[in-house]
Amino acid sequence: MMSVPTLFGLCAAALVGFGLYGVITNPQPLRKILAFNLIGNGAFLLFGTIARRGAAAGFAGDPVPHGLLITGIVVAFSATALAIALLLRLFQATGSATIAGDQPAKAEADDRDA
Amino acid sequence: MTGASALALVLALLLVSIAAWTVVTRRTFAAVEGFVAYGLLLSIAWVALSAIDVALTEAAIGSGLTGVLLIGAAARLRTTEAALSTERAGALLRWLAAIASAVVAGAIAVGVLSLPDPTPTLAPAVAEHLPSIGLGNAVTAVLLAYRGIDTLLESIVVVFALIGVWSLAPDPLWGGYPGPRQQADPNGILAYLARVLPPIGVIVGLYIFWVGADLPGGKFQGATILAAMWLLPMMAGLADAPPISRTWLRILLVAGPLLFIAIGFAGALTAGAVLAYPDGYAKLLIKVIEAALMPTLTLSLALLMAGAPERTMR
Repeated sequence: MMSVPTLFGLCAAALVGFGLYGVITNPQPLRKILAFNLIGNGAFLLFGTIARRGAAAGFAGDPVPHGLLITGIVVAFSATALAIALLLRLFQATGSATIAGDQPAKAEADDRDA
Repeated sequence: MTGASALALVLALLLVSIAAWTVVTRRTFAAVEGFVAYGLLLSIAWVALSAIDVALTEAAIGSGLTGVLLIGAAARLRTTEAALSTERAGALLRWLAAIASAVVAGAIAVGVLSLPDPTPTLAPAVAEHLPSIGLGNAVTAVLLAYRGIDTLLESIVVVFALIGVWSLAPDPLWGGYPGPRQQADPNGILAYLARVLPPIGVIVGLYIFWVGADLPGGKFQGATILAAMWLLPMMAGLADAPPISRTWLRILLVAGPLLFIAIGFAGALTAGAVLAYPDGYAKLLIKVIEAALMPTLTLSLALLMAGAPERTMR
């Protein structure tokens, strides 16, 4: 039987895989942001797996990666918030939320009106 | 198979299935709702990995705040969804992306299965120095002492992200109120909860912050709860975020990191290294830094949620 940390390590690998697929194939920016968060979660979970395997000296896991994980989760949230603010601004300026291109002229015109 | 590993297996399968669902479903709102459920399951996975401090952070920030942010954005972008759903990646691109993703996931899986045993660990080093810090929670000790530089840079990153969000304001709205003014039924359940929950939530948030020195918890988790207790009346239309040009707001936003930097550099004189603490004062200084970071983090997290200015001062 596979150990619990190894199980979540494989789960982390799958999360990175699905996240990467979503970032590449989904054309909607909001869905790309969501998929990017899946990749981040996968990386965090992998780190957590290694921390759990490093249990020693009476700790159930290595506290150094745990500290870095908390930092990482807060930074990931900040980046997501900035990305969503950019997306909402794009929507305000162009009336659409696509990043497919072909719209810079309209964007500039709307920006002058704003 | 023991109960714990059976639970872990179910959790891992659920996590992967919901993650796959959020990627492939056509409806954005459903994907976002799935992401919130997935975040809560992920918090339980952190508990299964014995990372309680990380589980608290994941539940509060990773699932909670990020979830609300995504739901808000999905609701505002709903009108664009019909047009966007016609855009779709071609079959060739999807196949290539699937192969690339499978290769990356496979490589990580191989790495996981061939991790060295025993795994290198810094736990004994932390245990050895923990008594000199005077804290009972090793994760808080890592955040504020051994890896203080990360925490300092992180508190600055949060403020920088907020400046980035604010800078998206069109010129006439600079200095105005962030986000749209929220409306809600004044007799509805949201308005009711926005009146009843904050007094309890504020106590819980402060407790989580204070107890973080010795037990799971800390300033990030506590600040997130305080931010949520402020966002609740904002979302119910009972309160409004301050205009971003307020001087008190800007002072509080930079006060935490500035005090952290000041104490850090004072360490160069009193303890021989930047971000070091003199003997016997470590716990006191750590609590002072954390207390100063609390308003900074609470305001930054809440205002990151509120978004760029969309209304003028008038």
